[in-house]
Amino acid sequence: MAVTGGVLVLYLVAHMIGNLKIFLGEEDFNHYAHWLRTIGEPAVPHRTVLTLIEVVLGLSVVLHMWSAVSLGKRASHARPVKYQSKKKSHAQGYAVHTMRYGGVIIALYIVWHLLDLTFFVVNPKNSDATPYERMVSDFDPSRWYITVWYVVALLLVGLHLNHGIWSAFQTLGLRTPRSHRALRGLAGAVAAVVTLGFISVPLSITFGWVS
Amino acid sequence: MKLTLRVWRQSGPQDKGAMVEYKLDDISPDASFLEMLDVLNEKLIADGGEPIAFDHDCREGICGMCSLVINGTPHGPERATTTCQLHMRKFKDGEVIDVEPWRAKAFPVVKDLVVDRSAFDRIVQSGGFISAPTGTAPEAHSTPVPKPDADRAFEAAECIGCGACVAACPNGSAALFLGAKVTHLGLMPQGQPERWDRVVSMLDTHDEEGFGGCTNTGECTVACPKGIPLDVIGRLNHDYLKATAGGKKRA
Ligand code: HEM
Ligand code: SF4
Ligand code: FES
Repeated sequence: MAVTGGVLVLYLVAHMIGNLKIFLGEEDFNHYAHWLRTIGEPAVPHRTVLTLIEVVLGLSVVLHMWSAVSLGKRASHARPVKYQSKKKSHAQGYAVHTMRYGGVIIALYIVWHLLDLTFFVVNPKNSDATPYERMVSDFDPSRWYITVWYVVALLLVGLHLNHGIWSAFQTLGLRTPRSHRALRGLAGAVAAVVTLGFISVPLSITFGWVS
Repeated sequence: MKLTLRVWRQSGPQDKGAMVEYKLDDISPDASFLEMLDVLNEKLIADGGEPIAFDHDCREGICGMCSLVINGTPHGPERATTTCQLHMRKFKDGEVIDVEPWRAKAFPVVKDLVVDRSAFDRIVQSGGFISAPTGTAPEAHSTPVPKPDADRAFEAAECIGCGACVAACPNGSAALFLGAKVTHLGLMPQGQPERWDRVVSMLDTHDEEGFGGCTNTGECTVACPKGIPLDVIGRLNHDYLKATAGGKKRA
């Protein structure tokens, strides 16, 4: 969970920075999308690096989900009879209790998101359009519900990271009594920056700041 | 105090069991939770009924026998307090109180509120020891221990093996208990020879006994009557990775 989650966090940070290029204007953003496909050329063929990233990501997502499902199964085997009185202490904050269902929602979101901006199945534009046009028409004010869906999913991503990043350090045995507060701070900061960075793009388009 | 208790009754391991309601009045707010159950049991016996079976021994918070989930919280509402040290003044007059046994596959119910915690004994047998020459006690100053290590080891050594961490964990994991043992012994010079084998065999036994996997939810520390801190699990993982991936394990 910790290792595959770490790969995904690194990807998210890079992806968020890439998305922010939308604020630099149409040309810059399209140029960036083009560059993604041509990294390393001519040393390596077209799309080599991007395809590699996609394979590592796909593997990480699958292994991450597989670990989550195994842990969930172990948990239900470990407590076959449930408690009658229900109580949640939220010892480590609310985010902990969103990890499982939040993770499922995020997975569904990723499927939607791929159909939207990678395969253009649910995007108003198709492959004839530029990446910039697809983004702008996707979050058009008339399609506000798409923006809401993106924002909700991203807030869940934020909660997921807030617990997940800290938890990964604990799992990898890197958390000591002294580093605890620093690691909590790091997890919170990365979660906040990633979430706000991502959210700013669809919101700016919907509110007409980017068109 | 007037109270309504809803207690888990189960005549034996095979019985399905159910919550049974009891009304009590005239309970002293100064009574401990177990004394309140004693009063109820006397009444049950006088009425020709079967008393409620529950575990207890020292009744002073050191043996780790008492084990009740009170209103969904192991050892009840008061932090860092065992059930036997919990007093009725922590409850409201007229309150409805649910009392259940620890719930874990590795801690099967023996009767009513009593569970079999010998899985913990087997975990300790698999690695919770040090090799030391027996005989006369060695001079205490012959093996110096840095003060911060001694303090942390002592904090971890406070674990009384009650199992509340498992009862509280949404995953049914005993990681806090394991972490307490591994930290306690692994910080002391006397615990070094077995350090890497200990963590692996204790964790393997833990998994074989059917405890769940830790996801760092932190519910264990909150329930722990000795306030064992969550960072012992960080140390457990650190030592485990070093023993396995780092190749420190001998056997
Ligand atoms: C406002 C939020 C987001 C926007 C606007 C956005 C936008 C995009 C765009 C335009 C692409 C296509 C890139 C290209 O083909 O050049 C893409 C791909 C992708 N995004 Fe996002 N994204 C967002 C958030 C996320 C989040 C939170 C995740 C993960 C949880 C994610 C995961 C992915 C994945 C896995 C791909 C496919 C990568 C590939 O095919 O190479 N995205 N995104
Ligand atoms: S760690 Fe705390 S809750 Fe767990 S067995 Fe030890 S004393 Fe009990
Ligand atoms: S009876 Fe000994 S700790 Fe509670």
